[in-house]
Amino acid sequence: MPPPLPRRRLEKVAVNMTPMIDVVFQLMIFFMLTFNIIAPEGDFDVRMPLGKSSAEPPDDLQLPPIQVRLAADQEGTLAGISMNGEPVLDFGDLRQRVASFVDVALESGASLEDVELEIDCDYELNYINIIDAITAVSGRLEDGQLIEMVKKISFVPLQRQP
Amino acid sequence: MTPMIDVTFQLITFFMFVLNFSEAEQDERIQLPSSQLAKPAEGVVEAPITMQLTADGGVLYAGEIIPVDEIGGSLQRERDIIVAADKDPKRATVIVRADGRANAGDVQRVIQICQELGFQKFALRALYKPD
Repeated sequence: MPPPLPRRRLEKVAVNMTPMIDVVFQLMIFFMLTFNIIAPEGDFDVRMPLGKSSAEPPDDLQLPPIQVRLAADQEGTLAGISMNGEPVLDFGDLRQRVASFVDVALESGASLEDVELEIDCDYELNYINIIDAITAVSGRLEDGQLIEMVKKISFVPLQRQP
Repeated sequence: MTPMIDVTFQLITFFMFVLNFSEAEQDERIQLPSSQLAKPAEGVVEAPITMQLTADGGVLYAGEIIPVDEIGGSLQRERDIIVAADKDPKRATVIVRADGRANAGDVQRVIQICQELGFQKFALRALYKPD
């Protein structure tokens, strides 16, 4: 009969942490490298069915659309803005004029849905100016509060191809 | 050792939450113009079609650059898919992601081609930058 095993005290088992830490670091490096700060994107909703243009005779109650013309030079930079035929200094000026137009329209009992705006631009114009123009006319910020202005925006059909 | 592992796990959790794979539509070749009024899309856009316009007047579609005049075919296919899924092209939204330096005329032509195929709703996309 073999002698009884000596009674050992319960020992603490040391878990090997190293592989886990390796994996964790790998994960961390993966997420850090794939991390890129994305600026939030937003939309301007434009509803444009085909075949509707200013050539159509307006209804009796309909306001004539605001005509915004954006002229460009050869390189596509903005050369001039006009609203209903009147020259406009810059987009800030355009915003003020549209704001007063909208205010007059609202006072006369029209709703925001009745106010339409048409953008007529040169072919070469840089697209950023279109976004700037739409930003200028679609609303204004007062004390951080957005006041909506023109909701119906359309483009004048292209007159010519490049 | 334990505090270090705690911190590391925290970091991993942070990066996992911040990472979003959903914005697969974005492309470095296109620099969107920015605007302070561009409002983030509310809810799910119905049947979205994304048209990406590069600065030199090409449309980025399915990984290749196609001249603006030749996108009709691909759009027609998109339209067929939408119709096949029992949806109305009139209610589908065409998301226009155009580079800020692209010609406005090219953007208009893309919109025109979409209109001719019966699309009516357009969303001009811009970076939201409050200033």
